[in-house]
Amino acid sequence: MAHSPKLALARPGPHWRDRLQEILPRVVLAPSCAAILVFVYGFILWTIYLSFTNSRLMPVYEFIGFDAHIRLWTQQNWYVAIKNLAIFGGLYIVVCMGVGLTLAILLDQKIRGEGVLRPIYLYPMALSFIVTGTAWKWFLNPGLGLDRTMHAWGFTSFNFDWLVNPDMAIYTVVIAGVWQAAGFCMAMFLAGLRGIDGEILKAAQMDGASPYAIYRRIVIPLLRPAFLSAVIVLSHMAIKSYDLVIALTGGGPGNATELPSTFMYSYTFTRNQMAVGSASAVIMLMTVAAVMIPYIYSELRERGR
Amino acid sequence: MTTSTRLLAGLMFGTALTIAGAAQAQVKEVEMVHWWTSGGEAAALNVLKDDLQKKGYSWKDNPIAGGGGAPAMTVLRARLTSGNIPTAVQMLGFDIQEWAEFGVLANLNAVAEKEGWDKVVPQALQRFSKYNGQWVAAPVNVHSTNWVWLNKAQLDKLGGKAPANWDELVALLEKAKGAGIIPIAHGGQLWQDATLFDSVILTTGGGDFYKKAMIDLDPAALSSPTMKTVFERMAVLRSYVDNNFSGRDWNLASAMVIKGEALMQIMGDWAKGEFVNAGKKPDQDFVCIRFPGTQGQVTFNSDQFALFKVGASREEAQAVLASATMNPAFQSAFNVVKGSAPARTDVSDAAFDACGKKAIADLKEANEKGTLYGSMAHGHANKASVKAAMYDVITSHFNRQITTDQAVAQFQKAVAAAK
Repeated sequence: MAHSPKLALARPGPHWRDRLQEILPRVVLAPSCAAILVFVYGFILWTIYLSFTNSRLMPVYEFIGFDAHIRLWTQQNWYVAIKNLAIFGGLYIVVCMGVGLTLAILLDQKIRGEGVLRPIYLYPMALSFIVTGTAWKWFLNPGLGLDRTMHAWGFTSFNFDWLVNPDMAIYTVVIAGVWQAAGFCMAMFLAGLRGIDGEILKAAQMDGASPYAIYRRIVIPLLRPAFLSAVIVLSHMAIKSYDLVIALTGGGPGNATELPSTFMYSYTFTRNQMAVGSASAVIMLMTVAAVMIPYIYSELRERGR
Repeated sequence: MTTSTRLLAGLMFGTALTIAGAAQAQVKEVEMVHWWTSGGEAAALNVLKDDLQKKGYSWKDNPIAGGGGAPAMTVLRARLTSGNIPTAVQMLGFDIQEWAEFGVLANLNAVAEKEGWDKVVPQALQRFSKYNGQWVAAPVNVHSTNWVWLNKAQLDKLGGKAPANWDELVALLEKAKGAGIIPIAHGGQLWQDATLFDSVILTTGGGDFYKKAMIDLDPAALSSPTMKTVFERMAVLRSYVDNNFSGRDWNLASAMVIKGEALMQIMGDWAKGEFVNAGKKPDQDFVCIRFPGTQGQVTFNSDQFALFKVGASREEAQAVLASATMNPAFQSAFNVVKGSAPARTDVSDAAFDACGKKAIADLKEANEKGTLYGSMAHGHANKASVKAAMYDVITSHFNRQITTDQAVAQFQKAVAAAK
């Protein structure tokens, strides 16, 4: 999460150099601020407006009210997408953090070769979701990957067809997503663990606390900020997930892995229902906002203190 | 002068030329947005390109990869919004009508009257090429979707007789299953499932029912007992598809038939291109038949070049392009490569193979009998939003997410909601 750099408080300084130092950051930041204002906030407003029109193939600007929003909530696909987001988002966040924390704690035991292991776990994050999706698609395909290899090795009863099974396909998206992001969580927690004062742990050991109790009662509570950051990053990644699903299952089998993001794209660009697509984008924005605003608020409050 | 400065000077000179040329290139230039990126398709398009270059027009090729043209349409929206308008865009069925409704397509009546397009283009195609009596697009080809492609060696093993109706088809599929080959090579993608549906509805309900349900969207037809039979038959076909079909591309399914791993593929005639490219001959290595029970009827989709309103200075080039597209020699050369039939009924079938000759004859027959129907699966029976709503139900049912009864109940509702 990027924080805006603190602007120096204005002090009337006689020296031109102080003046320049004061003005320069603002001058440098102005263009990108203006661009963000137009291309992010401007287009957010534009999308919100479109969701109250009857746009189909191209944007039309005649205001007609809540029609598109009503149609959105009558679409069977939309309910599938929301349900899938709940399953995918929930599991993705929880499992990523669980795996990430476990890896971080294991790596934190002053083991040899940590410098080698850390990048190995972190590396998937450097891949694009398209690559991850495609690789897992081949790996999980019953006719190409894991299933076939197991059969070739003689485990004929082995059966793993989640990718082509409509009831289970969404879980393959979770698997691929977790594989990609767990290392990133690990790095965050590792940084958090390194930031804990060793004196506290020594004191706990002197008092005869077991390692389990130390982790449960002291270390993990101290990791609260790391947890919070991880939840924020993962939850907006889950809501935005598009390319992973497209590469892995293409939204299939059937519409079993439709997510709000794929719903939005297909309604806006391939089904000529731009207004309904915009309405779904507005709902997604509100979801992200519901996650982000409390976080930003608490951040600002902490800094104010 | 060292090499690098010479290179730089050359580059600058070249750039200057390009900039100088860009201003007037517009007039003597044709820009085409399309999604024909596979080898055979690109080669077919070169025929048109060479033809125009002979006439002194330069060709600006703008291929946008992505099957079905969805990415191309997305690019087109952005370009129209910014006022950067291409001369022509490859387009399908109802998309043409929806863009025409928007008032952005050109009027080609002058060229069409001069060359007599009204007489040679099938009526069912004109429904898409014309908007309010104005020609707005030039049709390039006619594909049809109710085809079955069989591996001849495997068919001979199973008795060698191509099925002529639904029951014979099921019997043959059952035999294939017993013989241990995959009966139907199929890819689990929305449009492929819908392509099967096209043929099943045509063989089950006949042409009139197809028209009522798919084109007129008659609620009674959509929820009729016939429709239930259609979904039941889709479930029967599903039982002859291997379990590994999800997300498989259509050309990989064709490859299964070519290799003899599978007996048949139910697919539009673009599949023929795959067979021919693999060096296979019709009637020797593979057999093409109309879907059992649909002989004499054709569900079609047609690629057309929609022509946009460009400024007066570019209209001349546009008219030349439209005329070159409709030229019988081009129609023949292009469609021989593409696997489709020409979009006009007066083109000689001399250059076509056996399947191509059959396609042309069937098209002519269907056109005369009035049994030429737009394909639902390929956007020639109803609007994109309705088509997508149908897709949803067909695909959920084919993937066994909903029962046949649920499918019939949802089908008519989904269509009504999308109208």
